[in-house]
Amino acid sequence: MSHKNRENGREIKYSQAIREAIDQCLDGDSSVYLMGLGVPDPKGVFGTTLGLHEKHGADRVMDMPTSENGMTGIAIGSALVGMRPIMVHQRVDFAILAMEQIVNQAAKWHYMFGGKMSVPMVIRLIVGRGWGQGPQHSQSLQSWFAHVPGLRVIMPTTPYDMKGLMVSSIEDNNPVICIEHRWLYNITGYVPEETYRVPLGKARVMKEGEDLTIVAMSHMSLEALRAAELLEKEDVSIEVIDLRSLRPLDMPTILESVRKTGHLLVADTSWKTGGFAGEIVSRVTEEAFGSLKAAPQRIALPDCPAPTSPSLANSFYPRTVDIIKSIQKILGSEKELPVLAIETPEYLDVPDPSFVGPF
Amino acid sequence: MVTGIEHQNQPITIKANHSLSYDLLYRMLKIRIVEGKISKLYAEQEMRCPVHLCIGQEAIAAGVCANLTDNDYVLSTHRSHGHYLAKGGDMRRMIAEIYGRDTGCSHGKGGSMHLVDLAVGYLGSAPIVGSTIPIAVGTAFGSTMRGENRVSVAFFGEGATEEGVFHESLNFALLKKLPIVFICENNLYSVYSPMEVRQPRVREVYEVARGHGIESRQGDGNDVDEVYEMTKRAVDKARKGNGPTFLEFKTYRWREHCGPFYDNDIGYRTKSEFLQWKDRCPIERMESHLMSEGILERWEMDQIASQLKAEMEDAVTFAKTSSFPKDNMLMEHLFAT
Repeated sequence: MSHKNRENGREIKYSQAIREAIDQCLDGDSSVYLMGLGVPDPKGVFGTTLGLHEKHGADRVMDMPTSENGMTGIAIGSALVGMRPIMVHQRVDFAILAMEQIVNQAAKWHYMFGGKMSVPMVIRLIVGRGWGQGPQHSQSLQSWFAHVPGLRVIMPTTPYDMKGLMVSSIEDNNPVICIEHRWLYNITGYVPEETYRVPLGKARVMKEGEDLTIVAMSHMSLEALRAAELLEKEDVSIEVIDLRSLRPLDMPTILESVRKTGHLLVADTSWKTGGFAGEIVSRVTEEAFGSLKAAPQRIALPDCPAPTSPSLANSFYPRTVDIIKSIQKILGSEKELPVLAIETPEYLDVPDPSFVGPF
Repeated sequence: MVTGIEHQNQPITIKANHSLSYDLLYRMLKIRIVEGKISKLYAEQEMRCPVHLCIGQEAIAAGVCANLTDNDYVLSTHRSHGHYLAKGGDMRRMIAEIYGRDTGCSHGKGGSMHLVDLAVGYLGSAPIVGSTIPIAVGTAFGSTMRGENRVSVAFFGEGATEEGVFHESLNFALLKKLPIVFICENNLYSVYSPMEVRQPRVREVYEVARGHGIESRQGDGNDVDEVYEMTKRAVDKARKGNGPTFLEFKTYRWREHCGPFYDNDIGYRTKSEFLQWKDRCPIERMESHLMSEGILERWEMDQIASQLKAEMEDAVTFAKTSSFPKDNMLMEHLFAT
């Protein structure tokens, strides 16, 4: 459900929604603890951990050595004996050092010991896009994690979903990878003060439509929503599905939508080759081929590392205008679309100022 | 302390002050007999998973685990039959696991390299070198946060000390003064690669650990009494909240890296080296000691061995007559509810 229209609702930022979810889980369950490099520092991981150290103490909200792999193993070990660790890395890229523990251990422990043990833990990873973060600080590697059975993967887009999914993830008895796009931290949205849960594995229809389905995730859901809103004025009706969870994947919601619209576009925050958008297209093609009136398309990053120069970054990241072009390609023969005037700022290496919410 | 006396019913009389010696011998013999039988049966090709035998290295498993209670945690590696058995792990469920049966300790999903018995605090084996070291540090961290008085033990080989995660683990264990004992079984080879191609000759493994500031000692891994005594000090220290200890025990694996055979003929080590180590068999050393001290007679030790052989026969029968996991088990245990 969308909370954009909720009257008199409290609006907070996405980053504050994360902080509030963790704070309330720390309050509610003594086995929950939070650790990560910089967690108690003055920046508080983009504000998502600010004040938690002071409130809950250094035994439950802690800094850690720069040992991504070892500390992941330590978190796993603590989870095996009854704790519920939340781990945060300031970039997705840093967690690559911990892939061994995440993939070989956390994801396998429940299955390979025949269900004897479980690893309840949340690993927060941040996509650092923007301001020249470049090849090793901007990667969005959700397809790697979503490839592995035993991991759950979420990419919440709105503050409401972020809080609810974070609570569900902390309470879940399995390892959950939460991928947070840095450009979402300052968007606002309606977030209830009380603790609530958004179920893992359920997509959300952000906007209903009849002509074409966009399946998007994280920051690309905002780009897709804007494209849909612009086209609405031109009498083109786009349905936008915000995935929220990549694994488990909510295929029923996607299939229902594609069976209605007959057209599919998937907008991914990562590369095209081997990416998650390809998985959505494949699944829809396998399960609803007869409903498709045109070939599905993918919006994704070109197959090169993220460049640092702002001019190259401009051509690297797809945005609303690219989504509209792709929609035109899909609907081309069926619907004449007007050429929309969308202003493009000189630099695209900072968040779009029009994405402020409430979402 | 669990003593071996509880495991059998025959009228062997052990004086109270000798029960420890008996216990250590019992644990070592159990491992030797179970693995000896595995090596004989392996050719039947019914155990359809890799087996990494620890024959020759039994003293470390026995000497360490004799210091632990069921409340204490152990994590280990691909070569973990001995650790599992010495910790008191269920023999039937272990053998059934190796046979891939549903009655196995991991319902056949793990095999020889993924043993577990939560009832005795054996939390699991995994074969990625070094990877269970931080997990053991994590169990120590977790039990400390929960205010529980448990000691965690990480077993690993000397190859694991070449992994980055080993150093990350020692660093954190000391930083938080965690109740953990690191047990390094230095059997000189990582698969077929000898120490001299992997580590500089100018230092010993335990000195590397000492460089982290952790109390670190080296002992004879084929002398079960020495293993027991050194570990006792480390476990007592951990239990009192005085932090981690690293213990390196030199030993030797008699059989091939993976599989039931001897491999002294394939060229990476010599038969004479093997024979030198075989002369230092930890079980024979203990048996000689017990006989010369008049603690146990030969017939009594034979009787213990025959009881253990019967227990292993029973475990094999249990495994072979157990069902394989059903097809619908394939997608079971993916996620905890």
